[in-house]
Amino acid sequence: MMAKLPESASQTAGPYVHIGCVPEFAGLERGYHSQLGTSLRAGLAGDPIIVRGRIIDGVGDPVLDGLVEIWQPDGAGQFHTNGTGFGRAPTHAETGEFVIETVMPGAVIDQNGTLQSPHLALWIVARGINVGLHTRAYFSDSVAEDDPILSMIEPTRRTTLIAQKGSNGYQLDIHLQGENETVFFDV
Amino acid sequence: MSKLTDIAPRDFSLHPPRIAPDYRSSLSRGPIHKPIGFATTMAEATGPTFGHDILGPNDHDLLINHAVDGGSAIGPRILVHGVLRDGDGRPVPNALIEVWQANAGGRYRHKKDTYLAPLDPNFGGCGRVITGEDGSYSFRTVQPGAYPWPNGGNDWRPAHIHFSVFGMAFSQRLITQMYFEGDPHIALCPIAQAIPDAAAIDRLTARLDMEATVPMDIRAFRFDIVLRGRGATLFENQLEGT
Repeated sequence: MMAKLPESASQTAGPYVHIGCVPEFAGLERGYHSQLGTSLRAGLAGDPIIVRGRIIDGVGDPVLDGLVEIWQPDGAGQFHTNGTGFGRAPTHAETGEFVIETVMPGAVIDQNGTLQSPHLALWIVARGINVGLHTRAYFSDSVAEDDPILSMIEPTRRTTLIAQKGSNGYQLDIHLQGENETVFFDV
Repeated sequence: MSKLTDIAPRDFSLHPPRIAPDYRSSLSRGPIHKPIGFATTMAEATGPTFGHDILGPNDHDLLINHAVDGGSAIGPRILVHGVLRDGDGRPVPNALIEVWQANAGGRYRHKKDTYLAPLDPNFGGCGRVITGEDGSYSFRTVQPGAYPWPNGGNDWRPAHIHFSVFGMAFSQRLITQMYFEGDPHIALCPIAQAIPDAAAIDRLTARLDMEATVPMDIRAFRFDIVLRGRGATLFENQLEGT
């Protein structure tokens, strides 16, 4: 048995995370030949969906320098071991909107044999966020009442994890603070 | 069938708090509520991995990966290297590490960075590598400069390189910053000092490595990274992939 090593400390991604993670989006003229996470639907079987939203800070302003990472299974609930199912959605430099173009994930059976409602795992980083924030996006038209994760959360806060279906796709704002503060996970 | 493992709980005493008052941006962006824990499920135990085919030939060489006409970035030439391990001491192979940084004058190639120091036409400021079978990685770049930033006072960031690290599981995902041995700004920096544990700050501080320094060419700095290890319980589940 090898000695336990302490995890390296997290530090904020700072205001220029787009340079490192989505350099083309940041305007770098000579970036990578393949920018990661820009085609979430590629190789992922399932029904196409779009989730839009903003990250809102404690004074109500949209976060303009943020990045949402997405990790999900395909439409049948299968996770893949390669980059398939991984996406990156940077927040727009002026509007703060992020857009996730993907496929509807399938329900996933967890280790206890319990069915989890379809969801995207999300990870949020930006200036001012000291440790990346894990959260989830569920879907208003497929949330099971007995979902094992949502059931752990008090009903008034549960809604912060549920993308609402509208005529223009799904909508989910992520609130870092305030009355509607999003539920974040220690996972 | 792949055997998936629980991920060890995060020790938050080694990380900056969600709200660190001396780091002003965290006041309105750090969540108030404590995060809610639950046992690892598939979405946390699995994660994206990437093949070496995503890399371009110069992705690991910031000295030249944005240079034009055979040029090279201006500044002290450095080689940064180390080993990526998990909390159980195991090397993490085939893991993607992305880096980004200011140029040698302390200026980022970003339209919102308006610092007085000029852009270097031969420096972009981002690079990436995938760890070898032994968890090792290395890249070449210029040593970034310190720069002032708006935090309510006369605040200067220590020279630093941002690191984005993928492990084998999405819950191991880490973004951090690497500092340089001997930089007096580390002790003055509200972002670095938000980490409540002096040894943890020290572990983010790269050491000059004369062994790996190439004579008459480039100085080396050593920076090892540790991701969360595995927890106690094991479970098996179907995992499809290539």
